[in-house]
Amino acid sequence: MTTHQSTDRQPLDRPADRWSSWQAMDSGRLLLLAVSGMLAVAAFASLAVTTQGLPVMPAIAFGLFIAFGELLRLALPGGREAAPIAMAGAMGYALLLGLKDQPSQHLALQVVAVAAIGMTIGALPHVAAGRPFGITGICTRLVTVACVAFIFRPLASRPIIYQMRHWWIALSVMIVLVVFGWLIETLISALIRADDVGARFGVAVRDEIRVQWPLGAAVGSSAVITVFAAEVMGLTELAVFMGPLLVTQIAFRRYAGIRATYLQTVRSLASVTEVGGYVESGHSRRVARLAVAVGRELGMPEPDLLDLEYAALMHDIGQLSLLDPIPGGATVLVSIADQNRIAELGAEVIRQAGVLDGVAELVRCQNWPSRGAEPPPPVGSRIIRAANAFDDMVGGSTDRDRTAAALERLRMDTAVEYDPRVVQALTEVAGRRPAGRL
Amino acid sequence: MTSRIAWLYTALVVSAAAALLTLAVPRGFPPRFWPDLIVLQLLFLVCDSTPALVAARQSSWSPSTAASLAAVVLVGPFGAALVGAVSVLSLHGPLSLARRVFNGAMYALSGYLAGVTFVALQRSYPAGAPYGAPHPAYFPALLLPFAAAAVVHVLANHGLMWGVLRANRGGRGPVLGQLSMESSLSLLLVSDLGFAALGLVLAALWSVLFGWVAAIIVLVPLFVARWAMGQFAEQQRAYAATMAALCQAVETKDFYTRGHSDRVSRGAAMVARQIGMRADRAEALTFAGMLHDVGKLGVPTKVLRKAGPLTEEEYAAIQLHPMRGLEIVREIGFLNEALAGIMHHHERVDGRGYPMGFAGDEIPEFARIIGVADAFDVITSTRSYRKARSIAEGVAELRKGAGTQFDPVIVAAFIAALDREGWQQPDPPTAPADSQTVTAQDHDDPTAPLRVIETA
Repeated sequence: MTTHQSTDRQPLDRPADRWSSWQAMDSGRLLLLAVSGMLAVAAFASLAVTTQGLPVMPAIAFGLFIAFGELLRLALPGGREAAPIAMAGAMGYALLLGLKDQPSQHLALQVVAVAAIGMTIGALPHVAAGRPFGITGICTRLVTVACVAFIFRPLASRPIIYQMRHWWIALSVMIVLVVFGWLIETLISALIRADDVGARFGVAVRDEIRVQWPLGAAVGSSAVITVFAAEVMGLTELAVFMGPLLVTQIAFRRYAGIRATYLQTVRSLASVTEVGGYVESGHSRRVARLAVAVGRELGMPEPDLLDLEYAALMHDIGQLSLLDPIPGGATVLVSIADQNRIAELGAEVIRQAGVLDGVAELVRCQNWPSRGAEPPPPVGSRIIRAANAFDDMVGGSTDRDRTAAALERLRMDTAVEYDPRVVQALTEVAGRRPAGRL
Repeated sequence: MTSRIAWLYTALVVSAAAALLTLAVPRGFPPRFWPDLIVLQLLFLVCDSTPALVAARQSSWSPSTAASLAAVVLVGPFGAALVGAVSVLSLHGPLSLARRVFNGAMYALSGYLAGVTFVALQRSYPAGAPYGAPHPAYFPALLLPFAAAAVVHVLANHGLMWGVLRANRGGRGPVLGQLSMESSLSLLLVSDLGFAALGLVLAALWSVLFGWVAAIIVLVPLFVARWAMGQFAEQQRAYAATMAALCQAVETKDFYTRGHSDRVSRGAAMVARQIGMRADRAEALTFAGMLHDVGKLGVPTKVLRKAGPLTEEEYAAIQLHPMRGLEIVREIGFLNEALAGIMHHHERVDGRGYPMGFAGDEIPEFARIIGVADAFDVITSTRSYRKARSIAEGVAELRKGAGTQFDPVIVAAFIAALDREGWQQPDPPTAPADSQTVTAQDHDDPTAPLRVIETA
């Protein structure tokens, strides 16, 4: 689970939220937009034809609930965004059986219409505040809710489901559908994310599952609770249940917040080597970006990528113990024994924290040759080694000849020094980067 | 549970709970409620056995309020007390027997009081059976009595808890964990109230599903919330530890200043407690104290270590270090007020400090506090050119500088905090073999100001 790796790049959600840049969108996102657009049109059309069978008060209450949840979107680790309360409300509405013994017989398209209106209303304040509309997230949620509603609404009119004598049948069906919905949402998110950050689909799915399962469990069980409690409490339930949902959300927000602060702090403090004149300005960050991109190219999961990012940011921290800065900070020019000593000192500093031992290990082995060292250095260290050498040679420049020459030099050393797989991935990443930025 | 007051207090709470329960027994408890009661007790026990630590070791949070409040609705005051009492059996960690008994009594009392409130206020249930699984017709009328019961429960719970913390403190001595307690108190209250609301939802579920099924479904969001809270606390600890480690790395440049930022940070926190600063500000101040000298890295080592008088340029380079520090930490979002503290920690109230030459109240409060703690630590630590001064001498120096270098209010607060909490002077460092890693003069030291060559 990586925190806000994207904060000083383009926010991940941006490209899709600018309609003007729709040509630049990838096919997965376009498909998602098209499907949810069609769903919304069909839903509104059916609403225009007849509103029969749609009790107004529940529709408004659930719509408001969804809008409120959309307003309280949640930033998750890795620059993700979720709207768990909106999702719980929409799923609850899709699965609703009855309010105080009054069976609910609304149709699937009506669920889609209420969810679409609620989410749009909830997203408007975000736009007013200058934040993105979040169309990708909304579409993902809408398609998920639609899938569940289309399966469940026809079932909900069967007495065996809505009569509470057989509550366990309804409960089992709902649990299956909630899990099914969560899987759909996870797969869509993974698809979009794989496109966005250039991760492999399989890795993206695993990352997505790892990040999303706690919220997914909370959303699913909340939807089920909403349905059954509403049987007794009616719409009052929505107001009462908002309490625990809000508390859960606050807990998540604090968690995501401190993770973001953590990364920001490591970034800032890693730059002390630059202020102290130990390394060239911007070096740590460039190495970190490059290393993360390479790690992703190699299919590393997010927790490893986070360790890698921390280690890359702090890889020069050992230089603080040096009396005088190495000229230009280019550690590649110093004797190998000195390099290893600096790396050991840096690892020692990081190990002091007591919680970053994995990171310390990556920093410690950052200068080991990829072959011949015993034990062999971890992949993260090899990546940092190559990225560091690359940046020492190229720096902030994006000159193609210089880049090619540096890559060539790394490639010549792949027999012992650099891991050929890492250099290969580095070549791919460097080739992809547009002029001026990575 | 150390002091006599704490023992007395515990005994009082426990006997009150015991008395209430004994008095309530004869009024009866319909046997048909026993299965519900047992499921609720199990639910409570599961919640109570897996608390998440909030901020510090002192206060932990568990979602058991939901179980208590559901018990209030489903099994009445006596039942709610019995549900709370199982806290004695909590499987959470190595709790002392006294602590267990106290917790059990506390939850029993809170549950009983909430139950009595609920029964007294509700008008929905048929006469003679003022509690049980709610019927659809009771809503929304049941909301108000339930809300009152929830408030009573949360207040009783936190009131009794606050009492035992207070008694443990014995009125004197270091207020261990008080800071962290306060910082999370409002959050604790809010989340307890939020989860109390879940109690009503659980009670409603009880009327349509089997009790244990309802309990299991409700456990899922509870555990997710708990997970997130636990993660938060873990990240926060990791964050603080990482910050400290990185600050230490910065200090390795100079042998004699090791541990300096840590002590300044602690000194600033002492002042914050003394003047009753709000918890989130106090936390930011602690971090600012830790980071105040980070900009020294931007000052060339040879200037920091120069033995003789400094040239004007060199002095200017030293005067720049607060700005350099600002540059480094500017991007850390949460530290807004802390930034000002770092930038201005060398201002003097008479306006002769640097970098801006602010005077009096122009200097941000954080900077005034850090300035005092900073100077005091330097005076009471050993430097290459002199031995450490005693704490009394340090206090005398602070008093001397009050009104010119230091803010007298902060100095008074710092001295009062010193009296209350004491001060850990660093061990005199054994001189390093490598004589290069020592500083011949310290820019922080008010007793030996930097010597600057006057160029006329």
